[in-house]
Amino acid sequence: MKEELIISGRNIPNIDPVLHIWHWQIPLYLFLGGLAAGLLFFASYFYIRGRGNELKTSVQIAPAFAPFFIIIGLLALLLDLKHQLYFWRLYTTFRIESPMSWGAWTLGVVLPLSFIWPLTYLKEMKKYFSKNFTFMYPIVSWVDTFIKSIKPLEKLIKWFTKHRYGLAWVVIVISVILGVYTGILLSAFNARPLWNTSILGPLFLTSGLSTGAALIMWSSKSVKERIIFSRIDILLVAVELFFIVHLFMGFLASGAVQIESAQLFLGGEFTAIFWIGVVGIGLVLPLILETMELFGFHVPISIPALLILIGGLIFRFVMVDAGQVTRYLY
Amino acid sequence: MRYAMAMDTKKCVGCGDCVVACQTENNVPLGYARDWIVEKVEGTYPSLNLELRSERCNHCENTPCVRTCPTGASHVIEGGIVKVTHDECIGCGACIQACPYEARYFHPDGYVDKCTFCDHRTSKGQDTACVAVCPTHSLTFGDLDDENSPISKLLRNRKWKTLAPEAGTKPNVYFLI
Ligand code: SF4
Ligand code: SF4
Repeated sequence: MKEELIISGRNIPNIDPVLHIWHWQIPLYLFLGGLAAGLLFFASYFYIRGRGNELKTSVQIAPAFAPFFIIIGLLALLLDLKHQLYFWRLYTTFRIESPMSWGAWTLGVVLPLSFIWPLTYLKEMKKYFSKNFTFMYPIVSWVDTFIKSIKPLEKLIKWFTKHRYGLAWVVIVISVILGVYTGILLSAFNARPLWNTSILGPLFLTSGLSTGAALIMWSSKSVKERIIFSRIDILLVAVELFFIVHLFMGFLASGAVQIESAQLFLGGEFTAIFWIGVVGIGLVLPLILETMELFGFHVPISIPALLILIGGLIFRFVMVDAGQVTRYLY
Repeated sequence: MRYAMAMDTKKCVGCGDCVVACQTENNVPLGYARDWIVEKVEGTYPSLNLELRSERCNHCENTPCVRTCPTGASHVIEGGIVKVTHDECIGCGACIQACPYEARYFHPDGYVDKCTFCDHRTSKGQDTACVAVCPTHSLTFGDLDDENSPISKLLRNRKWKTLAPEAGTKPNVYFLI
């Protein structure tokens, strides 16, 4: 039987045909949030494990990137708002059921912490930048003089330096929340079947951690540290691949709208960019390169690191774009 | 009180009066709309079936749009009407993503706008603008908690459906079929 089904849907000139209200800002914000979460996680984790002096880049140096990423991310979020003058409304209430509200408050807490952590390492940073990336040295020493010129601030930083262990525990918890949040923001939308899966939280957390590890690996000068982070990356990328398989298994075993959203990646319009860009270039290729490296082939570390970062960025864009295409049909 | 609307797909002729009435009543900017007409043809030629629907926000009982709002701008008022307070809305778009029916849109001034079940009229006992103008009386607005209201009677006596009930929002716009 040949059945005809024609739905001449609504056609409101300025709203239809596609719901596409989130553009580049949200994926960028999710990417930078995940990256910052990764940096802060590894810094506090290895500090708690008592390896702060051994893994210098991850604990003392790389976290200094985090506040910048968070600020750029917040600016992107601000740009995304259509009613920007009312931005402050985010901070006059807390809505327990709204992931956006959680995110705004999490970032509100993470931002100061992400400044404080690197500030407790100013002395070490000065030493490090006097030898590597020397162009950073004047900036760091300017910050150092600035802080010393404001007594209460100096005292505060000293206090945090003394209680770094406690600080590390706070940072580690909040960085995991930040990492998971980047996925939950999307997964909370029941109306977008592609996002509406609980695996998205862990998947985005893993992806964020792996981009963080990649950046640390890239900026580290110590061979030992590079090997450790390269191994971490291999593990995280493998877990991510596993989650992705899981994601699709979940969709394909689910209802019509979920199957349809999986089809976007299995023959539909996002197939190439997802399997080549995200999985191929962003996960499998760096995985191969880093494994080769472990077996003694020499690969410049910047290549897998860059691939992972680019892959992570594309992943966010693809998920945000594709999710907005998926919807309930009636 | 539980406000709801019944939309008779058998009576609707797809004239679009409800759309225009809403745009006029609520000062909806040009090129936007809070309600709209959908035509659906299905079957095998020559036995085709045409369904005409006038759709709008379903004023759901379980409101993902309200839950997801970070500022509380989206909220539910007396009678279960879902509204947006314009100057609390930051324009983040979360509620637009959260609605399975695409019932919300960005007003050119930045905030989110949507059907209000004409609460400025209904609170005074009047009908909504769309109900008032419908030439075929396809639309019925009323209180489900009142067993004798016309809408309660209609829903008792006619077959009806809601749109995408599997989305779990418990819509309150009923389509008589
Ligand atoms: S139809 Fe959409 S906007 Fe209206 S109450 Fe339901 S979820 Fe919210
Ligand atoms: S766009 Fe406005 S009404 Fe919608 S969730 Fe954001 S703040 Fe709330």
